[in-house]
Amino acid sequence: MPVFATLTYDTAHLLDAGMLVVSFALLYQRRLFGVLKTYAVQALLLSAAAAWQAHAQAAPQLYITAAVALIFKAIIIPLALHRIIVQLNIHRAIETALGIGPTLMVGVALVALSIWLVLPVTAASGALTRESLASALSVVLLGLLIMITRRNAVSQVVGFMSLENGLILAAVGVKGMPLVVELSIAFEVMIAFIIFGIFFFHIRERFDTLDVHDIDRFRGERP
Amino acid sequence: MSSVPFELLQLILVVVLAPLLTGIVRKVKARLLGRRGPALVQPYRDLLRLLRKEAVLAPSASWLFRAIPYMMFTAIWLAAAIVPTYTTGLMTSRIADLIALVALLGSARFALALAGMDVGTSFGGIGSSREMMIASLAEPAMLTVTFTVALLVHSTSLPQISEFMLTQAVGIRVSLLLGLISLTMVALAENARIPIDNPATHLELTMVHEAMVLEYSGRHLALIEAASMVKLLLYLSLIAAIFLPWGMGTEQTLGWAALGLGLGSYAVKLGTGAVLLGVFETSIAKMRVFRVAEFLGGAFLLGILAAIFLYVSQGL
Repeated sequence: MPVFATLTYDTAHLLDAGMLVVSFALLYQRRLFGVLKTYAVQALLLSAAAAWQAHAQAAPQLYITAAVALIFKAIIIPLALHRIIVQLNIHRAIETALGIGPTLMVGVALVALSIWLVLPVTAASGALTRESLASALSVVLLGLLIMITRRNAVSQVVGFMSLENGLILAAVGVKGMPLVVELSIAFEVMIAFIIFGIFFFHIRERFDTLDVHDIDRFRGERP
Repeated sequence: MSSVPFELLQLILVVVLAPLLTGIVRKVKARLLGRRGPALVQPYRDLLRLLRKEAVLAPSASWLFRAIPYMMFTAIWLAAAIVPTYTTGLMTSRIADLIALVALLGSARFALALAGMDVGTSFGGIGSSREMMIASLAEPAMLTVTFTVALLVHSTSLPQISEFMLTQAVGIRVSLLLGLISLTMVALAENARIPIDNPATHLELTMVHEAMVLEYSGRHLALIEAASMVKLLLYLSLIAAIFLPWGMGTEQTLGWAALGLGLGSYAVKLGTGAVLLGVFETSIAKMRVFRVAEFLGGAFLLGILAAIFLYVSQGL
C-alpha cells in the first residue's frame, strides 16, 4: 500500500471530504432551518478537522481555532440566525436562481476545477497538505456558488460563512500559519455577521422582504 | 469438496429468506408506530394465499401480460444468485459481474413496465412512466458506484471485490463512504421504499410500483411480490458484499465450518439492514415525485465525487 495509507491521513481526508459533502448538502437544501442545521454540521466538522490537524502537526494553537469554530460557528451563529428568521417571520422555503440539479452539477465541476488547479501547484508539499488545500478550495468555491444561486439574504449569508469555513480549513491544513491570521479571520466573520444582522433588519424594515430579487428592481425612489 | 450443494443452498436461500426480510421490516415499522404488527411469517402466508387464488386477466391483456411475471421473477432470482451472500467461492457469483447484475435488474424492470402498459389502463401507464423516470436516474448512479469500486479493486466481479475488501488493508476510504451512501440511495429508489415510493400503499395517486402491478392477481401477483421481496434482499446483500464483507467464507474455506460463520454473519447483516431500513422509513416522509430527480441526482453526484476522490488519493 502507498505510504499515505495511515490513520492520520485517512482521518484528515475523511473530515475534509465530510466538509465538502456538507457543502453539497447546503446546495441541496431547500428550507432555511435545514440550511442553518447543515451549516452547523459543517462548522462542527471544521472544528474536528482543526483539532485533528492540531494533533497531527503537534501545533497546540490550532486547538484554539477548533474551539473558536465550535463555539462561534457551530453554536452561536446558527442560533442567532435562527432567532432572526423567527423574529422577522421570513418565508422559509428558499427560492433558487438556478434549479437544484444544475447547481449540483456546477458544484461537481467546481470541485474538479479546484483539484485540477491545486494539485500541480503544490507538487512539492506533502499529501496531507495538498488534499486539504484541494478540499478547502472546493468548499470556498461552493460557498461562492451558494451566494450566487440563492435569492434569500439569509442563505446568502450562510454561503458566505461556509466560504469562510473553507478559508479556515485551508489555514489549518498548512503548516506554520500564524494564529493571528486565523483569529483575525474569525473575528472579522463575527463583525461581518453583526453587520449582516443589522442589514437584515434594515432591508426588512424598508422592503418588507429578504428576497434580494425584489430589491434588484429598486432604483432609489422612496417606497 | 464439491461446491454443488453450496450453489443450491445459495439459490434457495435468497428466495426463502426474502419474505422473512420483508416481514422483519414491516414488523419494525409497526412497532415504531406503536402497533403490534403482523407476524414475521405473514409475507409467506400472503404469497401462499395469492398462489392458491385464481388469476384474473383483463380482456385486453396479451400473452406478454401472462409471461412477464415469470420473466421478471427469473431475472431477479438469477441476479440475486450472482451476489455473494455467505461465501465468495461460488460458481454462481463468478459467472457474471456487477454490470451484468445491473443489466439483469434493468431487463426485469423493462418487462414490468411493459406489463404495466399492456392492459391499457391509465394507472398502469402512469406507473410505468414514473418507474422508467426513476430507473433512468438510478441506473447511472448505480453504475458510477460500480466504476468507483472497480477503479479501487481493478475488477467488476463481485467475489473479487469482497475478497479485496476482506484481505487488503483498505483503510478509511472516503470514496467508499460516499459510494455506500450513493448505493443506499439507489437501493431505496429501486426497491420503491419510502422517500421515493410507499410500499404499503394500494390507492394513492403518487404510487409508482403498485400502480404498475394493479391489474395483476393470483399467482402472477404472487410472483411479482416475491420478485420485489427478493430484490430487497438482493440490494441488502449487495451492500453487505461490497462494503461489509466480514465473516464471508472464500473458495479455499468452502466447508461446513465456514458455512456456519458465513450464514451467521449474513443473517446478522440482513437483520441489521432490515431494522435500519424500518427505522429510516418511519423517520422520513415521502417525497414529491418531481423531487425524485434531485434525490437521485444527488446519488449520482456522490458517486462521481467518490470517483474523483479516489482518483485524487491514488494520483498523489
